[in-house]
Amino acid sequence: MTAAELSLGPVLFNWAPEVWRDFYFAIADEVAVDWVHLGEVVCSKRAPLLDKVWEPVVERLGAAGKRIVFDTPHLVVSPAERQALRALSARQDRMIEANDGGALALLGGRPHMIGPMVNCYNEGAMAWFAERGAVAICLPGELDSAAIATMAQAGRGLGVAVEVHAFGRVPLAISSRCNHARAHGLHKDGCQFVCGRDGDGLAVQTLDRQDFLAINGTQTLSHAVVCLLAELRDLVAAGVSRFRLSPQTIDMKAVVTLYRDVLDGRRDGVAARADLGRLVAGLPLANGFIHGREGLALVTA
Amino acid sequence: MGRFELICPAGTPAALRAAVDAGADSVYAGFRDDTNARNFPGLNFSRREMEQGIAYAHARHRQVFIAINTFAVAGNLAPWHRAIDDAAALGADAVIVADYAVLAYAARRYPDLRLHLSVQASASNPEAITMLREQFGIRRVVLPRVLDVSDVGRLCHEVDVETEVFVFGGMCPMAEGRCALSSYVTGHSPNRQGVCSPASHVRYETRDDGLVTRLGGFTINRFPRDEQAGYPTLCKGRFVVLEREQYLFEEPTSLNALALLPQLAEAGVTALKIEGRQRGRAYIEAVVRQHRDALDAFDRGETWSSPELDGLAEGGRETTGAYERRWR
Repeated sequence: MTAAELSLGPVLFNWAPEVWRDFYFAIADEVAVDWVHLGEVVCSKRAPLLDKVWEPVVERLGAAGKRIVFDTPHLVVSPAERQALRALSARQDRMIEANDGGALALLGGRPHMIGPMVNCYNEGAMAWFAERGAVAICLPGELDSAAIATMAQAGRGLGVAVEVHAFGRVPLAISSRCNHARAHGLHKDGCQFVCGRDGDGLAVQTLDRQDFLAINGTQTLSHAVVCLLAELRDLVAAGVSRFRLSPQTIDMKAVVTLYRDVLDGRRDGVAARADLGRLVAGLPLANGFIHGREGLALVTA
Repeated sequence: MGRFELICPAGTPAALRAAVDAGADSVYAGFRDDTNARNFPGLNFSRREMEQGIAYAHARHRQVFIAINTFAVAGNLAPWHRAIDDAAALGADAVIVADYAVLAYAARRYPDLRLHLSVQASASNPEAITMLREQFGIRRVVLPRVLDVSDVGRLCHEVDVETEVFVFGGMCPMAEGRCALSSYVTGHSPNRQGVCSPASHVRYETRDDGLVTRLGGFTINRFPRDEQAGYPTLCKGRFVVLEREQYLFEEPTSLNALALLPQLAEAGVTALKIEGRQRGRAYIEAVVRQHRDALDAFDRGETWSSPELDGLAEGGRETTGAYERRWR
């Protein structure tokens, strides 16, 4: 079972540059992930904030032997966003993950990855992506295990590594409207970067004060934390070769250790899930999508 | 600049005939299964009904587009392929498609079948659209509702395909085709099952403080007893953030962009689209006629208006939505 790899998804939240930098330094120095995704994928206004810490992080990760993937934004509309995408895509020396149709267009004809915000729902779409140079595809979060198994099998024939989101709040929607700014009574253009106050997203509750969703700038995520620890071994058996862990403000080193231990057969998945429940302190775990249920469900049997 | 083409929804044969009679240039409709993004009980067309609908429209020199715009299920692409086969055989004037697998199939099998890129494909920049023209020969793109009018204008000038934009009806505040909110709460999604916030998961509860609307066990909104309750579409609900009850994502409003006709004409938009395949015949008749009259007046250089649309808008309120930058 050692063939399966772990990837650390891009930090989705607006962490302060030095926090972002120190997080990746720690990943480089101490954490056993195979792939590290970098990039501000949610909001183009945030991207310049990372300018001064970007190169040191890339160097440190590279020196530690991590394979780095540069992720393109989820939504690309404005001239400035398109220009940034072209600049990122022009780097032939880098492995890039496409997160929208524009990136697909610019990366066609060279090896690249496909991110979970690009709709790959079936083997037909996968074949088209592979033909254009995709070498790995992180599937959309809402797929069930049957769809994943079908595509993992197709991926083997096409030479495409199939990856699934296995830990973290799962992205559910993206908008051109900034709901985070809106919640503070602000407009996107004058947002004061209020999203920086919420390292794991801003809590959205129902009128009954039931926990519901999380807001992260223009992105909406689940309140629950996806946990596929108990499903990992079945997914590996089905042909999934990579698992994505999405950074949150909790101890990610401990999260990675749990996933690695289960993949390597040192821990039982169900027992590890109980440990993860304690790590995420107070947040519910969920695995509903993979079981063909509503995403927030936690199927334990 | 040429006149706008008016694209109108039909969830039933009666609505299709009403739309044609009221002045639609083209009607869009779907088959009665999960190949289309308005897969609601009691809606949509059998193959025979589609054939008759196309005959009705063609006899009046109007067009019918068939929406095959969900994402095909892994391991079971046949229903989507069959929908394309049947659309071609029935003489559809275009198919509206979102899935790359379905686009590839249609382009390979039916090179003469006109392909329109669904809004569900979320192609928000010229790079994506040009790629899909080169790869699949798409002739038109329905633009995602994340663009403002200046974005629409820039895009129209950079792509070699026609553009179609929504001007009226329900409006997703999220990028379409990339939203799993409904799926997270109910297990049913627009992309896979062609439904959002499905009625099967809706409950109405009378409480001391009024009527509560719920979706999949979550309260979406609460209404005083004397107020009519809106349907609990997840993104149009009221939630608590920062201790404040608010319509976080979007108010229960309808898009109405008719005020922006000059800007849309200047941008070079080909076609204007009305949302609402789930709507009844009478609604379709009224909304289509209002739009026909407004567009005809606009073509003549006269002032146009749509005052009577007020009563038809969702929640009685209207917005120009993402077309104006202030919406963001």
